[in-house]
Amino acid sequence: MASKKIILRFGKDISDKPIIFHLARDYNLVFNIIKANVNPNKEGTVVMELTGEKYDEGLDFLKSQGVRVQPLAEEVFRNRVKCTSCGACTTICPTGALYLERPSMEVMFDSDNCVLCQICLKVCPVKAMEVRF
Amino acid sequence: MAIEKTYAEINEKIRSGEVVVLTAEEVISLVEEKGISEAARQVDVVTTGTFSPMCSSGVFLNFGHTKPRIRMQKVWLNGVPAYSGIAAVDAYLGATELPEDDPCNSNYPGEFRYGGGHVIQDLLARKPVKLEAASYGTDCYPRKELETYITLDDINEAMLFNPRNAYQNYNCAVNLSSKTIHTYMGLLKPNLGNAHYCSAGQLSPLLNDPYFLTIGLGTRIFLGGGVGYVAWNGTQHFPCIQKDAEGNIFGPAGGTLTVLGDLKQMKPNWLVGTSFLGYGATLTVGIGVPIPILNEEVMRCVSVTDRDLYAPIVDYSEAYGQRIPGNLGYVSYAELKTGKIAVNGKEVPAAPLSSYPKAREIAGLLKDWIQKGDFFLAEPARMLPSYKDEIVAKTLEIKGI
Ligand code: SF4
Ligand code: SF4
Repeated sequence: MASKKIILRFGKDISDKPIIFHLARDYNLVFNIIKANVNPNKEGTVVMELTGEKYDEGLDFLKSQGVRVQPLAEEVFRNRVKCTSCGACTTICPTGALYLERPSMEVMFDSDNCVLCQICLKVCPVKAMEVRF
Repeated sequence: MAIEKTYAEINEKIRSGEVVVLTAEEVISLVEEKGISEAARQVDVVTTGTFSPMCSSGVFLNFGHTKPRIRMQKVWLNGVPAYSGIAAVDAYLGATELPEDDPCNSNYPGEFRYGGGHVIQDLLARKPVKLEAASYGTDCYPRKELETYITLDDINEAMLFNPRNAYQNYNCAVNLSSKTIHTYMGLLKPNLGNAHYCSAGQLSPLLNDPYFLTIGLGTRIFLGGGVGYVAWNGTQHFPCIQKDAEGNIFGPAGGTLTVLGDLKQMKPNWLVGTSFLGYGATLTVGIGVPIPILNEEVMRCVSVTDRDLYAPIVDYSEAYGQRIPGNLGYVSYAELKTGKIAVNGKEVPAAPLSSYPKAREIAGLLKDWIQKGDFFLAEPARMLPSYKDEIVAKTLEIKGI
């Protein structure tokens, strides 16, 4: 039976809907939430392990509800040599794992707060954020 | 007694090792403690720095002649086209140029992972770069095509020539619409989800010389980790003093510089290929300008702090693109640096696109060079237009003949 780690990203409009409840009841999927975070803008990120016969149907259901689903990377890390501490990622990272330290204005990366959403990989202008699958 | 120093006197102090240099950040506390006059007496040079994406950048290259010769009509470097409508083996590679097969924004938002700026960084990293050229062939230049590899050391000249760098000040960008937008100011979240600004504020070169009292044609500068020069004012050089509708003053804005220098002595960590999701490729450029403390007026200018400098807040979902005049107010760099600003009564998270730590590092490096006697000040051959010249921006009208 397929058991996969995935990342779900919820917009503000759907973060209060009982989507995961439906996943369990309607698709008979077993899940194990590894990390969950709702940021101040009410955007949610959930990292979970999902197992069950109707895995693919369950995923289709999530997507139909407007949840963005992506496979879980093993690790997101910062290439310190490449990072220029520009700051461009700091209002984009949904959990504050990438943040500006004040007053030095150095950008810090706290991997404990990282939910592996990988948005920083796209927005970092110098491609200093990297991923290992 | 009024303090007056000349470039020659300051250079003599650099030669003798007596020169006193502070960064534009360090000088603030000295002025707060000792006052303008005493600070002007003590300090000879104040160094500034900025490290930001600067799109109007590029490099003139001369590749040397092949046997038989070619008059290059089209040129590509690692697949990125360079302009070769100049002499036979000269070309200009622009920082924002993209490979011809780049999908651009056809699968929006495009990633723009490689462009002219990245080629410049690869050249600086001494990586081999693929050179392709095509031509129509002439009696004196018979070759019609070539494909080879070059490195920065193989070619004759490589002159970084950036027609518009070191913007004096910049907008603070926000998004009033209900959808995410991708801009040269980064990803802007809907409904005022975030704000991006792009200036080193109190460390920024042209904010420390708001009236262009010292920076002029021929000023020697830190450019891309090496030495460069101010060649002219930049394109779109419209220096002004910002005012709101009530006539309140919000500090300087609008000045720009054209800078140049020998690329071969620059460093890949100070000229960095850069990609903006959904927008394009560019080059992040490190610039540091030394400001000679010729008199108290110059010292007054360099003692400016983030509390005195303001960015206009501009909506990039509509007002910017549609060129709707006005803005959503002004915000000081001190407020921006707290990471939270108020726009239309809403608290908005703010972040820079311009690296303040790198700006500080540049100002520090330039200070070191001057203290060690490795870098002398150049007196401008001509000053640049200032706000007093009241240059008005022209716009482009769409019209038939
Ligand atoms: S992947 Fe990047 S953007 Fe996402 S939480 Fe981790 S650091 Fe933040
Ligand atoms: S956007 Fe990239 S370079 Fe800039 S601070 Fe974040 S990780 Fe570093």
